[in-house]
Amino acid sequence: MRVAIIGCGAVGSLFAANLAQLGDVEVWAYDASAEHVDAINTAGLRLSGAGEVLGRLRATADPAELPPCDFGIVATKAMHTSAAVAATAHAFSNGCVATVQNGLGNEEAIAEHVARVIRGTTFPAGKVLAPGHVQWDVRGDTTLGPFEPKPAAPAEIERLADACTRGGMPTKAVGDARGPQWRKVIFNAASNPIGALTGLTHGRVCERPDLRALVSVLVHEGKAVAAVQGIELDADPEELIDHAARPDVAYEHKASMLQDVEARRATEIDYLNGGIVRFGREHEVPTPLNQAIWALVKGVEQSWTR
Amino acid sequence: MGAPVRIVVAGAGTIGSLYAAHLARVADVAVLTRREDHARALEERGLRVSGRADLTARVHASTDPDELGDADLVIVACKGGDLESLAAQLAGRFAGATVMTVQNGLGAEEVVATQGEWPLLSAVTFMSGTRHADDHVEYVLDTATWIGPYRETSAADAEAVAELIRSAGLEAEAFPDLRPAQWSKLVFNATVNTVAAITGLPHDFHYAEGMLGDLVHGLVEEGKAVAAAAGVELGDDPWEMNVHATRRGHRHSPSMLEDVSACRPTEIELITGSLVREAGSLGVPVPLHTAMYALVKGKEAGYS
Repeated sequence: MRVAIIGCGAVGSLFAANLAQLGDVEVWAYDASAEHVDAINTAGLRLSGAGEVLGRLRATADPAELPPCDFGIVATKAMHTSAAVAATAHAFSNGCVATVQNGLGNEEAIAEHVARVIRGTTFPAGKVLAPGHVQWDVRGDTTLGPFEPKPAAPAEIERLADACTRGGMPTKAVGDARGPQWRKVIFNAASNPIGALTGLTHGRVCERPDLRALVSVLVHEGKAVAAVQGIELDADPEELIDHAARPDVAYEHKASMLQDVEARRATEIDYLNGGIVRFGREHEVPTPLNQAIWALVKGVEQSWTR
Repeated sequence: MGAPVRIVVAGAGTIGSLYAAHLARVADVAVLTRREDHARALEERGLRVSGRADLTARVHASTDPDELGDADLVIVACKGGDLESLAAQLAGRFAGATVMTVQNGLGAEEVVATQGEWPLLSAVTFMSGTRHADDHVEYVLDTATWIGPYRETSAADAEAVAELIRSAGLEAEAFPDLRPAQWSKLVFNATVNTVAAITGLPHDFHYAEGMLGDLVHGLVEEGKAVAAAAGVELGDDPWEMNVHATRRGHRHSPSMLEDVSACRPTEIELITGSLVREAGSLGVPVPLHTAMYALVKGKEAGYS
């Protein structure tokens, strides 16, 4: 089978390099960075940290070069989903496309260009160290399931999950993948922006009772929006947040949104707190604090361009 | 109270310096500073004001309140965070003086009141400036200081000090009850200063429209609910103050934004802290202000 990774940043590279270990999978990667693409084509895609992996695959910055594929795995930042999928959709006219991105709204954006879509959530994380070289920080599970309005077939979802698992990225195919997705969105929406707005690491946010209480209010609003849609979270975000605050887990971790703010890069706030607010409005569930945090992070972004 | 001629300005930041330099035109002014080199600079070179005024004032200055002589009027002009220690320095001194506080937020009068029996005036100031050096401040916004009676003072006493400040070239107005003005400014500051400190945006059009405008409006509404529960009828409407300020064509950086940019302690306790505590004791929910309070304190905790 042939799989194309759309957006070969840190998370995309974890899938690309690991899937490239399999003899029965041909891996392609589409990424906007010509330097990264050239490095991958010359020396392969290297992972180090939680696993030492060298993946041999074909990379391109030109979407027209992508051959027809059985599967796409979209791993861009959420604000680039629509453009990236529009440019590469021709490769999936007979395939289906999964998202392993952060936030809410990616499936909807993919479905505007592709017939069969897989809802996905992934927990592994890393960072790009240099062109062709990615640091694998955290191992973790991935869950795939149908995007209900334009679903991929269960057998297809199983097939992709099986390949990922055999490649070294443990992946489960499920009938309803919304639970893990909302669990992760609520976790991220409650903790990432607080780090971004204060400059504090995850552990330091959680040890301040006033900020931890704010995190809880954000979680509570997110849970209410999930509940009204009949989504059952597969774990309690509150417990995950406290677990991550432990010194041996992610106390010192700077949320990706804090890294974005420090580098003055656009954040994914529209797809996290913004997503919770949009779904809340649709179902008439008030989310005043998520809305406030959304406005504040947008304000931070606006302060760079004045 | 007769016309005061001997004035001690306690705290020589931007606001204190603006008072001291202007009042030295019409009174004997002594300045209480925190640092020796600051006092020395003022003694040796005088205090220069640029911007809307252009003057260099002769002032007496010291870090030791006993060096400053007697006073008819003491203006406590330090930042909120320095208030406790500065008020303690006044204790047992300046008998016969009237003491006026000009801190942001609520509660500065109570802090000073515990340190002595002086008659007290409340004030809030809307003037602003930029501190360029120990002996040089720029006078930026020539908006007024509002003054009202607090303890053993009358509306006439407030008017006398307002007249003195006006005669020195600054704007001032006396009110029989300062609380409406003080609360309007409190709600305005708790809203605009915290949003500025957290977003990094100067006070401009973003505060009056779109998502951020919605947040600002929500913060103002919470503040108004607290004022109403406290039995205070607000003076100017804080939302109107906000909209007006964003239209003056001058993109002001609120002091709390300047503080976090320089990794200095902010006035969050005196401003939002006093509003949130007041709300708590009155049973008024203020979730947005509670969030801003936690975020600004978190930001302070992150100074490296």
